[in-house]
Amino acid sequence: MELIEAIILAVLAASTPLLIAATGELVTERSGVLNLGVEGMMIVGAACGFAGAWLTGSIFIGALFGIVAGTLMSLVFALMTLGLAVNQVATGLALTILGIGLSGLIGAGFVGERITPAVHLHIPGLTDIPLIGRVLFGEDAFVYFSLALIVGVWWFLYRTRPGLILRACGDNHVSAHALGYPVLRIRTFAVMFGGACAGLAGAYLPLAYTPFFIPGMTAGRGWIALALVVFSSWRPGRLVVGAYLFGAVTILQLHAQGWGVGVPSQLMSALPYLATVIVLVLLSRARTGGSTAPAALGTVFVPDR
Amino acid sequence: MLDPTANGLHSGESPLLRTIGLTKRYGDFLANDSIDIDIWPTEIHALLGENGAGKSTLVKAIYGLIQPSAGQIFWQGLPIVLAGPSEARDRGIGMVFQHFSLFDNLTVAENVALGLDGKESFKDMSARLEQVSKTYGLPLDPKREVWQLSVGERQRIEIVRALMQNPKFLILDEPTAVLTPQEADQLFIVLERLKAEGRAILYISHKLEEVKRLCDTATILRGGKKIQTCNPGLETAASLARMMVGGEIKQVKAAAGRTTTVPRLVVNDLSLAPSEAHGVRLEHISFELKGGEILGIAGVAGNGQDELFAALSGERLSKDPGTVVIEGIAAGHLSITQRRKLGAAFVPEERLGHGTAPRMRLSENALLTGHAASGMVNHGFIDTAATLKTVDRATETFDVRKAKRDPEAASLSGGNLQKFIVGREILRNPAVLVVSQPTWGVDAGAAAVIRQALLDLATAGAAVLVTSQDLDELAEIADRIAVMFHGRLSAPLATSEATREKLGLLMGGSSLEPKEAAHAVGA
Repeated sequence: MELIEAIILAVLAASTPLLIAATGELVTERSGVLNLGVEGMMIVGAACGFAGAWLTGSIFIGALFGIVAGTLMSLVFALMTLGLAVNQVATGLALTILGIGLSGLIGAGFVGERITPAVHLHIPGLTDIPLIGRVLFGEDAFVYFSLALIVGVWWFLYRTRPGLILRACGDNHVSAHALGYPVLRIRTFAVMFGGACAGLAGAYLPLAYTPFFIPGMTAGRGWIALALVVFSSWRPGRLVVGAYLFGAVTILQLHAQGWGVGVPSQLMSALPYLATVIVLVLLSRARTGGSTAPAALGTVFVPDR
Repeated sequence: MLDPTANGLHSGESPLLRTIGLTKRYGDFLANDSIDIDIWPTEIHALLGENGAGKSTLVKAIYGLIQPSAGQIFWQGLPIVLAGPSEARDRGIGMVFQHFSLFDNLTVAENVALGLDGKESFKDMSARLEQVSKTYGLPLDPKREVWQLSVGERQRIEIVRALMQNPKFLILDEPTAVLTPQEADQLFIVLERLKAEGRAILYISHKLEEVKRLCDTATILRGGKKIQTCNPGLETAASLARMMVGGEIKQVKAAAGRTTTVPRLVVNDLSLAPSEAHGVRLEHISFELKGGEILGIAGVAGNGQDELFAALSGERLSKDPGTVVIEGIAAGHLSITQRRKLGAAFVPEERLGHGTAPRMRLSENALLTGHAASGMVNHGFIDTAATLKTVDRATETFDVRKAKRDPEAASLSGGNLQKFIVGREILRNPAVLVVSQPTWGVDAGAAAVIRQALLDLATAGAAVLVTSQDLDELAEIADRIAVMFHGRLSAPLATSEATREKLGLLMGGSSLEPKEAAHAVGA
């Protein structure tokens, strides 16, 4: 019982940054922009988030620092790919490399410092229920926020007019422009939202997951988030399932070693990517028509005036 | 007064829309050069002109999509500046685009909602959509996604979307280019009704008979300038064409006494599953094409023409070699190069990206299809002189106009590039030529050159297969015409028997036999 509860708690904690970052990237990609710089935006978010929390002593302000840092990083990306119509793949990769370097610089002075991590909810009675109590009522604010975020994004995309316009930009930017929608402005907002989410997801790591900052602490989570968006076939519902599945794989990998299961840890680490490839193959085989990916994804758009 | 039409009919009132000196400049190029046009209520006004005459630029400026470089637009007598299409829509200007502005992965209702200002709830909008589509006889299922719909249905979405704004003025950009004759007739009924409701319609087309039949006024553009505004009912198709082209169009002449020889291209019961999500399945296609003969394939786009081209050219292979026979040799399993070596040549519909590599020079493009049968490669090395010679021969023979000797393919205009591609293939003296939409988007002069070249090639003994959506073109050059519908090919009709009505029925998926039987009874 204790072990199962501990595993579930660990899975939730490991999944949350994936879910937040992937939610942001889902919105970005739905608008037709492929930002491969998630890892870079996350790691800068982690460094700035820790710096903010350490300087002010407030986890909340730390999280805000992470959000602002991620947004600023994404604005660099937006300026390049939307303003100057540079190739999105190349810019995204460059953003990741920039982010890794930048976070090392920002975080250098904070390595070895510790903060008090984010508090967990405690409702007397409810939180003490065995097995599910701590899982449901004993999480930190990030976990609850991540779930609210994905529900909000689903509602926005499928139930509001701005969400419809955003999806339209991702499906066919020429048509959206012809109807008079400001494609580049809409995409800029989508990219900024993606950056804010990636920054927050990065900040979660030193603010709630571990109470300290180390360089490179995102350890490829940004790439997993990118894979997750594809895995979810750009649908919010499947994204939640995928995030917890991928989180579970990373935790199982740790426990499997503890239990002496003879699977190489490298293979376990590769599982999320492997799962994504398999899902892509299944999707393309099961497809009856229509495209699962936003049709304009990754393409440059220059409006004629 | 200022009224440039000065026909006295509308004296004392101001037109619904008027442009004075409307000019749009792209660098040194004048897409629109000081155009004056008046649109009156209860009028179907045709805008005529060749490709590149400036029709699309003019309507884009009227719809607020581009900003004019000079000139003024008046709406109901008052000068206006349109910052964007939504401002145009607010004033009552609606537009139906030539290349539909639809979103394939969204539903019909969502597509319509995107064209409106969003002031009403999605539910109210859906209800009104149903009502409008019923009123005008344009049936639509709001819940279906666009990729599942036919071209005619897609156009209905565009029209309903425009009508839901209750426009005073509706612009249609070549609406019948993608329709069967019957579908076009239905569209005309809707347009007449809109006119009767007091709306004005600007109708862009280059189908002259259609314009004569439907339109009250016609404005002709050529080279970005307005040539004339006239009453198309009082003109002949030939006089309108003269104004569009600025001279006589050369008549295409078939050599008398063309004789057919042995079968050079035979297709036996070819069936092929689609390779893409939106593709069409080819079903039991059979035909025989003799030397000296031109077979035309008509049909609305997207009925399997692309798939048939791919199966013939070898871009897609079939398991049974006997399904495609070139020069008596089973070739269904052979690659593109192997088929070319048998004497076949292919001209795809898409000029840039399929027919040529856009950023490569013409000589390099000549080599890309010529390597199979002609000596442009010497022990694995490119013979540059030979490739340039091919370019020069095509240039001379087919009057390809270009800025320098060997430019990039993308720098040529559509008509000149098409002349080059067709020339490149014909100069190889093919036994079989398969050509798709040979004159699509090509100006009338170049189109005549290309059609004449196809006729001459057949006269020289080659078998020519032409796929086209332009029935007039097929009537002009083909000996027999077959129709493609939903991946099936009808039995070919002799061109003399292939009336527009018969072809239209076949293009809409009807079979000819019962109708003919009915006629026989009636007679």
